[in-house]
Amino acid sequence: MLPLAPHGGMRATSPAGRPMKAVAADFIKPNDRLTSFERLEIYNRQYWFRLKDCFYDDYPGLRAVLGDRRFERMACAYLEEHPSQSFTLRNLGLRFIKFLESEPRWVEPYTQLALDMARLEWAHIEAFDNEAKPSLKINSFIGVNPARIRLELQPHLTLLHLNYELDEFLIEIKRDEGLRHEASNALEERRARLRRRLKRHLRHKILFLAVHRFQNTVYYKRLEAGQFILLSAFQANATMADACNAAADTGDARSDLGGQIKSWFQTWASLGWFCRLK
Amino acid sequence: MPANAFNAYTDLGIGIGLRVPHYNHILSEKPTVDWFEIISENFMVDGGRPLKVLDQILEQYRVVQHGVSTYFGSAEALNREHLKRLKRLVKRTKTPWLSDHLCWGSVDGRYTHDLLPMPYTFAAARVTARKIREARDFLEVPIAVENVSSYAEFHVSEMTEWEFLSEVVERADCGILLDVNNIYVSSRNHNFNPFDYLDNIPAERVAQFHIAGHTKYQKYILDTHDHPVIDPVWKLYEHAIRRTGRTATLLEWDARIPSFDEVHREALKANRFIENFNSHEIAA
Repeated sequence: MLPLAPHGGMRATSPAGRPMKAVAADFIKPNDRLTSFERLEIYNRQYWFRLKDCFYDDYPGLRAVLGDRRFERMACAYLEEHPSQSFTLRNLGLRFIKFLESEPRWVEPYTQLALDMARLEWAHIEAFDNEAKPSLKINSFIGVNPARIRLELQPHLTLLHLNYELDEFLIEIKRDEGLRHEASNALEERRARLRRRLKRHLRHKILFLAVHRFQNTVYYKRLEAGQFILLSAFQANATMADACNAAADTGDARSDLGGQIKSWFQTWASLGWFCRLK
Repeated sequence: MPANAFNAYTDLGIGIGLRVPHYNHILSEKPTVDWFEIISENFMVDGGRPLKVLDQILEQYRVVQHGVSTYFGSAEALNREHLKRLKRLVKRTKTPWLSDHLCWGSVDGRYTHDLLPMPYTFAAARVTARKIREARDFLEVPIAVENVSSYAEFHVSEMTEWEFLSEVVERADCGILLDVNNIYVSSRNHNFNPFDYLDNIPAERVAQFHIAGHTKYQKYILDTHDHPVIDPVWKLYEHAIRRTGRTATLLEWDARIPSFDEVHREALKANRFIENFNSHEIAA
C-alpha cells in the first residue's frame, strides 16, 4: 500500500526515490491553507486510523497479551505486508495467523500464546457470521454404513488445539471490552491491572476447543482429546469408521467407547454441528 | 417530485441509519420510523446475528441499502463476488433503490476502505457511468450515487464537482443521493459556493438526501458523522428541497452515537423544512 506509512505520517520519499512532497504536488492542488502534501496526508491518516481501529476491535485478547504499544507495532507491520484484499473489513485478519507464524519476532517471547490467541480470535470472527447450513438430526445416522460415510461440519465451527487456557481469559477480556464502550477513560488503569492479573493466571495447559455458533451466539466448548480427534478427522474428510478408530486410539478412550461416541453424536447433533452426510 | 424512477416511485419520508447500539431499542420498543438505511457491507455475510437482526427489522420496517465499497470510480472492473453478495442482499431486503458513492477506493485488488475523491475528467465520467450501468443491470434495482466529502482536488480535473456528478448520472441514467453535509464540507475545504452546487445538478434525478454532522479543524473540515446537523447545512437542505420537492431524507450518525430517540429527533428536524416547502407550494 505504498506510499502510505503507519507511523507519523506519509513516507518522505516515494518508492521511486522522489520526495513525496514533489509527488503530491504533481497531482494534488494545494489550497490557501494546506499544501498538496498536507491534503494527501489527511487521507493517509484516515487510512491508518480506520484499519488500526478495526484490528484493535478484532483482537482484544492479543492486545491484552502483548500490551497496546507492541500490539500496534505488530498490527502496522501486518497491515503493511497484507493490506486489505476484501471489500469488507471483516476479513482484515485473513492472513494474520500465517503472518505471525512466519514473523514470530513481533510476538516473542509470547510466540505460542500469541499464536493461540490469534487463532481463537479469528475462530470467533468466523463463528460470528459464517454460514450455518441446515443441520442433520441424530436419526440421520440410523442405518448408515460407517465405512462409506463422511460427515460435513458446519462452516461456522472451528476446532482448536491450544496450549493455554485461553477461553475463559478471552471471555473476561471481552466482558471488559464491553464495559469500555460504556465507561470513561478514567478506568483505563483498572483495566490494565485486570489484564496483567489475568495474564499472570494464564495456565499452560493443552486445551481442545470447539468455537461455534448456537442460536446466533458464539460459544467456546471444551472438548476431550478423543472428541477433538474424531471431529478433526471429519474435517479432514475421513470416513465415519476411520474417524471413530482414530478416536479409539487416544489414551483416554474408555472401554465403552461405542456408547461414548453415541452420546457425543447426540450432543453435537443437538448443537447442529453436522450439516451433511457424504 | 417526491417519487421518481430513481427511487422506484416511493415516498419514504425521513429515516435514520440502522446502527448496532440501537438494535435492542428498536427490536424491543418498535419505535415509529419511516425507514432505515443499512450499510450493505455489514449484512453481506453468510449467517449469524447480523442477518437475524436484519430479518427482524425487515418484518417491521422499510429498509434501503447504502453501500461503501462498490467503488464505481475505481479503474478496475467491478468485483463480481461483491456484486453477487450484494444481489443476495437486495433480494432479502427488497430495497426499492440502492446507493453507493461516487468515488474510488481500490486498486489492483487492494482496498483502502475509504471514499477517495475522483479526478473530474470526461474519461473518468465515462468509465464510472459504464460501471454504474453494469451494476444496475446485474442487480436489477435503481442505483443512486452519492457525492462524497473530500479533502483534496486533482490538477487534471476538467470540470467542477457538480458538473462531474451531472455528467456521470446523465451518462449512466441513474439517480443521485445528494449529501448536503458533504457539499458543505467540500465547499469549505475547496472554497466554492455550495449553492452553486445545488443549483447546477439535475434535480429531477435526486432519489434521496443525506444529512449529517461533521467536525471542524483549524484548516479543514472532516466528515465525521458524530455531531448534530449545523444550521448552514439545514439551510442547504432547505434550498435543495425547493429544487427537488419533498424527497426521502436520511440522517447519518456513525460515531459517538447518542440514544435512538436523540438521533431520531435530530432527523425529524428535516420536517420543518419540508413543511415550509409544502406551505410555499400551496401558497404558490
